[in-house]
Amino acid sequence: MIPTPNLDHLSPGDYELVYEPAEDTFLLLDALEKDAEFLRNEIKPCICLEIGSGTGCVSTFLGKILGDGTALLICTDINPYASAITNKTGYHNSIQLDSITTNLVNGLLPRLYHSIDILCFNPPYVVTTSDDLYLSKSIIEKAWAGGIDGREIIDKMLPLVDKLLSDKGVFYLLLINENKPNEVCEIMKNNYHLQSEVLLSRLAGREKQLILKFWRNTR
Amino acid sequence: MRLVTHNMLQCHVKGCNSNNFPLQLSDVEIEIQETDFNPKFLRNMLSKLEWNALVKTALEINITTLPNVLPNDLDEEFLKMLHRVLLETHIKQGQMICPNCNHTYPIKDGIPNMLLSETET
Ligand SMILES: C[S@@+](CC[C@H](N)C(=O)[O-])C[C@H]1O[C@@H](n2cnc3c(N)ncnc32)[C@H](O)[C@@H]1O
Ligand SMILES: [Zn+2]
Repeated sequence: MIPTPNLDHLSPGDYELVYEPAEDTFLLLDALEKDAEFLRNEIKPCICLEIGSGTGCVSTFLGKILGDGTALLICTDINPYASAITNKTGYHNSIQLDSITTNLVNGLLPRLYHSIDILCFNPPYVVTTSDDLYLSKSIIEKAWAGGIDGREIIDKMLPLVDKLLSDKGVFYLLLINENKPNEVCEIMKNNYHLQSEVLLSRLAGREKQLILKFWRNTR
Repeated sequence: MRLVTHNMLQCHVKGCNSNNFPLQLSDVEIEIQETDFNPKFLRNMLSKLEWNALVKTALEINITTLPNVLPNDLDEEFLKMLHRVLLETHIKQGQMICPNCNHTYPIKDGIPNMLLSETET
């Protein structure tokens, strides 16, 4: 058992600025833990990337699985507070994280073309209107509001996955049923020849959450 | 921001597609933070680095220990020196300027900010 990262350094006030880890976060942690042996012994990553790192809980946990300093753990978030808190969470758990404030992976491509061995994204997935997503001033609302079908940010990310993943790379994505996970898998297969499976799924209240795992045909 | 991360960043202003890497460091405040030495990771990382860009960037902050050409024999002494430059040298404050379009990206409290306004993307 790998312990959940310690978040004692964060106060209730911090959670007004950054997404507080919830069932979705923990499902992603469980998925990574389930794949721990595979990640350590088969993927043996050099560069990992998490998009939308929030508190940094997920990448810290990944660092614990891999061992600090054995891979570069890059974390992006569009929210500068999240970037700062991500680095702090790593530090408090003795895991070096490298935060970048940016929209998705802007500034990292094409430099990191086909270079990412482990890619993780717990996206804003809640079904809202497009206006909730694009007109909202609230930094916290942006952390979960996903627009139509909850897919508006996710769909921007999908074409980038193929650009980022290395030959041996894997991508872990959290979705809910309303995001039409089957359709996402179809898009990835038809457009980018990426294979997929449902690695874990769980009911959180009325929300059916699942972790999809994607990889290249060539594996 | 560690120099290893800087080595991954390029300008992404709309239309700025060439000579946009490495971003030039300016007005920087540097801090050394020690971390465990892992030669295996460094060897792996070398294949992912843009060496010329790293050398150029290091010189901008007066680090003159990197050879212009990556040596064939990566002995422990070389890897320890690289470890210091790549993984222990943190840019705490400063700016990164695109050599092509001059766009400036700030680094605040050790975090590079690559966000652009709507009109720039
Ligand atoms: C559902 S939260 C997940 C946070 C954290 N990874 C976790 O699992 O607890 C989504 C995160 O994505 C970030 N985000 C939203 N849109 C983004 C974008 N376009 N680019 C980068 N990050 C984004 C939000 O700020 C938020 O931190
Ligand atoms: Zn530029």
